[in-house]
This record gives sequence, C-alpha cells and structure tokens, in this order.
Amino acid sequence: MTEPKDFTAGVGSDIKKSQKRVLFVTRRTSAQVRVFDEERVQTYPEALFRAALAIELLTIALVLISLFFNAPLEGLADPTNTPNPAKAPWYFLGLQEMLHYFPPVVAGVLIPMVLVIALVVIPYFNVNIEADGLFLKNRGRRLNIFYAGAIGLSLFLWFFHVYVALIPTLLIVAIMLVAAFSSPASPQPLRRYLASKPVSWWVMTWFLLELIVLTVVGTFFRGPGWSWVLPWRS
Amino acid sequence: MAGKIDDYLAKLERTRVWRSVFRGGTGSSTLRRALAIQQNVFLHLFSTKVRRRMLRFNATWYLGTLTLGTFLILVTTGILLMLYYRPAVPQAYADVKDLQFVVSSGLFLRNLHRWAAHTMVLLAFAHLFRVFYRGAYRPPREFNWVIGIVLLMITLLLSYTGYLLPWDQLAYWAITVGSNISATVPVIGEKVRFLMLGGHQVNANALLRFYVLHCVILPLAAVLFIAVHFWHIRKDGGLYVRQSEPVREPAKEDESVELEKV
Repeated sequence: MTEPKDFTAGVGSDIKKSQKRVLFVTRRTSAQVRVFDEERVQTYPEALFRAALAIELLTIALVLISLFFNAPLEGLADPTNTPNPAKAPWYFLGLQEMLHYFPPVVAGVLIPMVLVIALVVIPYFNVNIEADGLFLKNRGRRLNIFYAGAIGLSLFLWFFHVYVALIPTLLIVAIMLVAAFSSPASPQPLRRYLASKPVSWWVMTWFLLELIVLTVVGTFFRGPGWSWVLPWRS
Repeated sequence: MAGKIDDYLAKLERTRVWRSVFRGGTGSSTLRRALAIQQNVFLHLFSTKVRRRMLRFNATWYLGTLTLGTFLILVTTGILLMLYYRPAVPQAYADVKDLQFVVSSGLFLRNLHRWAAHTMVLLAFAHLFRVFYRGAYRPPREFNWVIGIVLLMITLLLSYTGYLLPWDQLAYWAITVGSNISATVPVIGEKVRFLMLGGHQVNANALLRFYVLHCVILPLAAVLFIAVHFWHIRKDGGLYVRQSEPVREPAKEDESVELEKV
C-alpha cells in the first residue's frame, strides 16, 4: 500500500491556446487562479509585421524630409575664425545654456553626471515603485521638505540670474501646490490626477520641461555673445 | 500571374536547399510560425508569442521600434557614405562637397543620414520618457531601464562624433565647445581631452579618432546593447502591461480555472 501523494496533478484546459502546463498543487494550498490567461498572438507575423510597417512609414517620412530639406554645410573648418556664437549640437544646447551661468565644471560635468545617475537609480528605490501620491503619506514632513526644496532651488536660480530655468521651476512648484491641496477623492478629475502623482513623476516632469525650455532657448533665442535674440527678428 | 509566382515560391520552399536554411519549415500553422522565431538566431531574441494588449499603439507608441528603424537607416546610409569619404584634413571637407554636388544622389544620402540621426536622438529621448511615464521601469525590468540609459549615451556619442566628420565651421566649433567642457573635469580633464582628440585642440588626429569611434566602435557597442535590450524584454516577461488595462477578449471563467484530473 503506497502512501497517498501530497499533491494533485492536472492539466490546464486551455492547452489548445497556449503551451501545455502541468500543475502541481499541494494539498494545503488552493488552486485558485487570480490572473486569467489573456489573448496571445504569434510574434511572427503579428508583431514583426507591425514593427516593419512602423519602420516603413518612418522611412517614407524621412525620405520625404531629405528630398525637400538639405543638411547644413558651412565653409571649411577654420581654427583662426571663431563664429559667434559657437553652438554645440542641439541636444547639448541645454547644457551650453547652463554653461552661460555656472562654471564649466558645474554645468559641463556635475549636472550631466547627476542627471545620468538620477536616471539610472530610478527603478532601485521603492518609493518610485510603489509610486503613491507625493503628499498622501507623511503629509506634514513631505510638505516641509517640498517647501524647503522649492524655495532653496528658486533662490539659487534667482541668485545666479538663471531666469530661463527659474520660470519652469516656478510653474512646476505652482502645480505641485495645487496637488498638495487636492484630495485623491476630489470631484475634479485634474485635481484627482495631480494628487496621485509620486515624487519621481514631479522630478521627471520638471526635468522634461527644463530640457525643452533650455534646448529651445539655446537653439533659437541665443545670438552673438550668447545674448538674447528673437528668432523672427534677424 | 500572381498565382504562378505563388506556385513558384511554394515549390522553392519545398526544395532541399531552402529547407536546409529555414529549418522551421513553411506554411502558416502556429507551430511553423513559432519555429520561424525560435529557429532564427536574431529573432530568437524575441518570444514566440506576445500579449495582444502589447501591440496596441497606445501601449508603446512604437517608439523603441522606431528608434531601431532610424538606427537601421543610419547603418545603411552610413556605409554608403563611407564609400565617398576620407577622414583626413582637408580631403574630408572636399569629399562632403563632392557628395553635395558631384556624387549621384549624394546630397539625398547625406540628408537622409543627417535627418535620421537627429530623429534617432529625439526618438531615444521620447522612448525614455514614454517608458518612465508608463512606469515600465519597475522590477523585474529595472536592469533593462539601465541598459536603455546606456543606449541613450551611445546614441548621443554617435551623433556627437558624427557631427565633426563634415569638417566645416559648424562641425569644428561644435566639437571645440564640447571638448573644452571635458577639459574642465578636475585632475583628469586635460588628459581626457588629449585622449579624445589626440592633441590639445581639434585637428586631423581628432577627425580620425572621431571617425573610428563613429564608424566602428560605437556602432558595434550599439548593436551589442540593442541585442541585450531586446533579449531582456523576453527575459523580463514581455513588454510591461498594467493590470488595470483591459484585455481585449477576457478569458472565460471556465477556461483557466478548472483542472482536469489526470
């Protein structure tokens, strides 16, 4: 007489749709399934053909652009003739704008290093994974940190005359204030939305806004000697 | 006519040579379609099946796919441009001028390379922000997020090294501005700039170094990390999906709950 086994074996009844699975369910646990199998499709052709179509449409768009707009080409490089202003590629113009206000070691080395490290560590902090609304837990303490940080950063930018970065900062601070005094059960959808946003969302949105504003200013609004110019008045 | 071509293709697919190359076989059965992925060294990076929810435009906006698309365009046009370009002073500038005015479709080739490069930087940033706002960096995908940041750095370096190659005023001074910044790193800054430029200022040595980085080292690094990036999607359980997002066809209750006794 063999001892009764401590498990039951079964086969999922959806085997025709997905791979065969053998389940071992020990006696003391339930076999309740919480996540239902969802519809899966073959990568080939469903996903690959869509990807190919997306890339084809992109190629057509780029070919059309290339037919109508020529890449810039200036005169031969001349080390004795410095253009004014000498501009970096557009994606570095945000940093070049910072270079106008801060010493090179801060704007060119410290800020980019902090940015890259900040981006890399995002998924390694539980606060970013849980992603609860910033002002919902430890409200008093977090409000104090927020006030101190917002006032400190604004004063710092104001002290160094970085008004280009100060204006987006004040805009984000204003929206965060709305979020701080909104309830997740508010009748207005926008205030519910803002109240639910975690700290990483605010920092990233601030970063995105600064990135866009500084790049646009560096590209279009800076002339000789990095002075302020209006692009439509050349 | 079309029927004849189909017949011919069907015959071709049954030949011994064809079947020795494409071992997954032919036809449109689920097994064959799975083997098309699984038996291919490159496609094997992907899983054979994906959740239908992931194919929705709203899930990804296809930004990663499109970034890959720009990279493919850049490799193709880049190789063709290499045929007409010498990384030396002053030949480099003359070669680019030739591309503009002498080489057939040279202007178009250079335009396409340039606009695709700008688009790739833009798309890589867009992909980063899209992944962030979707929350797709969460475990178990955290390391793929880090690989994505590495790929963004490689993209920026590729674009930056390519910027010098036309050897015009725009290129020369943009790189001068950038290399002066790297010289301000405490202690090692000057050494780093010397290593990067092969001298104390942007000159013919710098052009050659940037050319080697742009055409060999960085593209190889990019291909390597792109492969790891794609492979990680499969290893991390497919693209991120929020539990709150509706499944298009919800599974019927009796399909997955009931167990048949063996």
